[in-house]
Amino acid sequence: MKLGVLFSGGKDSSFACWRAMQHEEVACLISVLSRNEESYMFHTPNIRWVPLQAEAAGLPLVQGETEGREGAELEDLRQVIRLAMDLHGIEGVVTGALQSVYQASRIQRICADLNLWCFNPLWHAEPYRYLKELLGAGFRVVVAGVFSSPFDASWLGREMDGQVLRDLEGIAHTHRITLTGEGGEYETFVLDAPFFRKRIAIQAAEKDYRNHRGTYRITRAVLEAK
Amino acid sequence: MILIVDLCYRERSLSEYEFVEPVAGIVHRSGFPYRILHHSHLTARDLSVAERILLCGTALRDNAFAERPEFFGWLREIRVPVLGICAGMQAMALAFGGTLVPEQEIGMTEVRCVQEDPLFERHPEFTAYGLHGSSVVIPGGFSELAVSSSCVQAMRNDVLPLYGILFHPEVRNEWVVVRFLTMPWRAC
Repeated sequence: MKLGVLFSGGKDSSFACWRAMQHEEVACLISVLSRNEESYMFHTPNIRWVPLQAEAAGLPLVQGETEGREGAELEDLRQVIRLAMDLHGIEGVVTGALQSVYQASRIQRICADLNLWCFNPLWHAEPYRYLKELLGAGFRVVVAGVFSSPFDASWLGREMDGQVLRDLEGIAHTHRITLTGEGGEYETFVLDAPFFRKRIAIQAAEKDYRNHRGTYRITRAVLEAK
Repeated sequence: MILIVDLCYRERSLSEYEFVEPVAGIVHRSGFPYRILHHSHLTARDLSVAERILLCGTALRDNAFAERPEFFGWLREIRVPVLGICAGMQAMALAFGGTLVPEQEIGMTEVRCVQEDPLFERHPEFTAYGLHGSSVVIPGGFSELAVSSSCVQAMRNDVLPLYGILFHPEVRNEWVVVRFLTMPWRAC
């Protein structure tokens, strides 16, 4: 079955893509660039680097844009998915949804309307086990944004490893955040994945942080041989 | 041992992560040993050693199970409690002569119990996650236990310990699975 992966460049959509590749054919990545920084559906700090990730993976990218107004952005997503159907003949869509009924049910409805399969291979995954599996599989992931107490500026650009996982566990316990960032507490960017043919090297990035909210915005990055 | 039956379009499919593993997680956290088997591979021995059986759901577009009634005839003979979830309820209904009617539901829905039953004790009304393209016309020998504004959400066999629920309890209603695993046999 040919599938398109809704891809934001973060760990969840990347891991979902990898899982999909082990069972079906991933024909393309699909991403939506939102101009609304508050967009709950699509916004991530480094969405503009998704084309470089697609190149690293050797996968075609179908990209659309949205103003990010609630309701309208779903119609924009539908149009991008329809374009992926036309260009790559996809029969289904894969998402990295973990717990959000809000996100998952909206994408399920779009897929149902378009007669597409919908797969959510991280749905209700046990958080710690998932993150361990992510790191164990060879994904290289940096923290690209923090949006919750008690994250400070030191988290921005930090590469996820065993220590980060332990720190996140501690914070999840004391501050009631989700371990995976599913509640939007933090965002990630994937530098390397088992299905990447090349890896991404960040050459320059800007940190912007105040009041427990901050972003690690990549300004220059290149592909490197693995 | 709890037997978890995968109803997805093929064994080890991409849907297993979404519809089988979350149910297995609930069983595991409840402290029960379990085994996952695809519906096409069940043997009489697998069924004979199961203490309870869970039939899992499938993706919205995945109705392959409904075209394979030969894999579900055992439901008419089984004497241990079975809980069919979404596609599991649909397979159970079909095995007893019920029918499916197109009725798409995606998202949260209000569920109201219409008959007292140990499975829903102290939960006369609750909000549940629905993800189905068909609802069930329940077969003879089954009773409605719960409904939403659009369809039957739960049914129970009048004699055998067989339950079907159309909503997905793994989303926000894990207690339904835990209750099914722990409630006394006789209550069925």
